[in-house]
Amino acid sequence: MPEITKLIHHYLRHDKKFPHVWCPGCGIGIFLGALIRAIDRIGYEKDEVVLVSGIGCSGRLPVYVDFNTLHTTHGRALTFATGIKLANPNLKVIVIMGDGDAVAIGGNHFIHAARRNIDLTAIIINNSIYGMTGGQSSPTTPYGMRSTTTVYSNIEQSFKISELAVTAGAVFVGRGTVYHAKLLDSLMEKAFLKRGFSVVEVISHCHTQYGRQNRLGSAVEMMKWQRDNAIPVEKSLKMRPEELEGKILIGVLVDRELPIYQEEYEKIRERAKASAERG
Amino acid sequence: MLLQGNEAIAEGALRAGCRFFAGYPITPATEISEVLSVRLPQVDGTFIQMEDEIASLGAVIGASLAGVKAMTATSGPGFSLMQENLGFAIIAEIPCVIVNVMRGGPSTGLPTFPAQGDVMQARWGTHGDHPIIVLSASTVRECYDMTIRAFNLSERFRIPVILLIDEVVAHMREKVIFFEDEKIEIFNRIKPTMPPEWYIPYEDTPSGVPPMANFGEGYRYHVTGLTHDIRGFPTSRPDEIGPFIARLHRKISSHFSEIQMAEFFLTDDAEMTIIAYGCVARSARRAVIEAREKGHRVGLLKLMTLWPFMRNAVERVLQTAKVLLVPEMNMGQISREVKRVNQGVAKVLTLNKVDGTIITPSEILSRLEEAL
Ligand SMILES: Cc1ncc(C[n+]2csc(CCOP(=O)(O)OP(=O)(O)O)c2C)c(N)n1
Ligand code: SF4
Repeated sequence: MPEITKLIHHYLRHDKKFPHVWCPGCGIGIFLGALIRAIDRIGYEKDEVVLVSGIGCSGRLPVYVDFNTLHTTHGRALTFATGIKLANPNLKVIVIMGDGDAVAIGGNHFIHAARRNIDLTAIIINNSIYGMTGGQSSPTTPYGMRSTTTVYSNIEQSFKISELAVTAGAVFVGRGTVYHAKLLDSLMEKAFLKRGFSVVEVISHCHTQYGRQNRLGSAVEMMKWQRDNAIPVEKSLKMRPEELEGKILIGVLVDRELPIYQEEYEKIRERAKASAERG
Repeated sequence: MLLQGNEAIAEGALRAGCRFFAGYPITPATEISEVLSVRLPQVDGTFIQMEDEIASLGAVIGASLAGVKAMTATSGPGFSLMQENLGFAIIAEIPCVIVNVMRGGPSTGLPTFPAQGDVMQARWGTHGDHPIIVLSASTVRECYDMTIRAFNLSERFRIPVILLIDEVVAHMREKVIFFEDEKIEIFNRIKPTMPPEWYIPYEDTPSGVPPMANFGEGYRYHVTGLTHDIRGFPTSRPDEIGPFIARLHRKISSHFSEIQMAEFFLTDDAEMTIIAYGCVARSARRAVIEAREKGHRVGLLKLMTLWPFMRNAVERVLQTAKVLLVPEMNMGQISREVKRVNQGVAKVLTLNKVDGTIITPSEILSRLEEAL
């Protein structure tokens, strides 16, 4: 059996009724591969991994894998994850969200989770659209593009999720695409190993909704677009702003140290106990 | 010990084994957060102030799923924000306690005055058919006891339990006596004992409550807010959804006697019975004593479990009562239920006040006298 098949057999749930819900060719499947490879390389026990997701096509991911899995409410995955991590700090808590999930309905939770620096990894699968509900515009739909709720044209500016995460205080932020599979693997591994709030934005394609409405072609063509329009962060430093127009920066955007919530809270407990003893 | 209602709730939670609190400040519930922010870290628990009430209940559910008893506390506006996640805790069967210290509404309403306007919201606020347990308290000591009871029922039946408190009860200071040898029963969720490969997380049991494995204890399973099969996986099969939703209701409806709690004060021979809860029950008790002094056969049924509604208790007082009086600080929320049970047997009177002031004993007395 090839290595990858063995991995899949090891981590996928066998009692789950396949087929999965995703369209053939969807980028979420490629991401799932990267997730499994990163977890396997680090060697986490299945019992210590918790996958938490919101609602959307991306939110359906955890059900297929053999970890502790939690499919929450739309936009709120990070709040549930916060409770899990604080209640049991030994768990490796990974949160998977769609772009609408993370920065529309869940935008407030996203910036606050980053600011608090709780030891979680947040992964946003950014496909520029609301996939599950049938192709409505999302906060990441680019200006001028079509969706089922912006048939004349999207007149809003889009969020840059990774840059938002940097500003909000995440200690690790990386952006990759489902085309750049090797980079994605390494970003995920780095994010998982980083202590504190780490973010990986995964640029993906929704050819059935976003692609079709904007005549962007098949899944393969959309992945070629990712190949041709992604610029590594290091290379971008030497480029002029005009050259970066419409491009996506990929790689590590930030990797820094800030006080981690749980470690700080441990100090609070010590103080609280000392003051209780003093009466 | 002189204690405030909100402080008693916080202490009751700790006594029940609560070790996680997530909340967002709101009058008149804030003291619960403040006390727990001091007390929880002393006992290796966790207090966190979240960015809003949606996040607060999300974190509480997450903590409970990871095995720690958890609570949040809020008031009307925050309680409204919690409704979606409340439904999640119901369908995923995750124990947790939500305190709602009621203010006058709608909207921002009347933050610092008492009202009982959230009785129906507590029952039906989250969408879809669902069971729920809602408790109330009239005294500071009851704030303590009912908080413990809320945790116990929540753990026992794997359901969120709502504690509806009146602003005056939450902010009142009363002498509370805790006896050294007091026996307080604490119930912890039943965990699976079978090996993980045999564990079927949402399998029916005689009680209708499946054992609950905490995340991280070796029982890997899926938890979702979608309708799910016995393994926890999403399903849209009628033959799986029907029994699942029926079980959710049955686990509560087959245990009414364990869940429901009321006090009968001089009701056995009462021709007129007052049905009240929260602070109104205190005024009603006073009114009963005064009416008895005047020779009227009046009694009080004090509801401590608001939902599931105590049909049996109402039927019991209906054996003698020709008149039922339901004074409430709302436009008539429990009185509707009383009328539904009454079915025309007795005359049901209401006394409704929604101006932010409490219902006094003399107001209840004069309403009674009108009916005499
Ligand atoms: C409170 C609430 N509002 C709306 C919805 C409907 N809804 C389901 S998924 C979704 C958007 C999903 O888009 P995104 O988060 O980008 O994920 P994708 O499906 O593209 O992976 C919406 C609006 C919901 N489930 N809950
Ligand atoms: S709708 Fe789009 S995002 Fe959803 S599964 Fe299909 S291709 Fe993927």
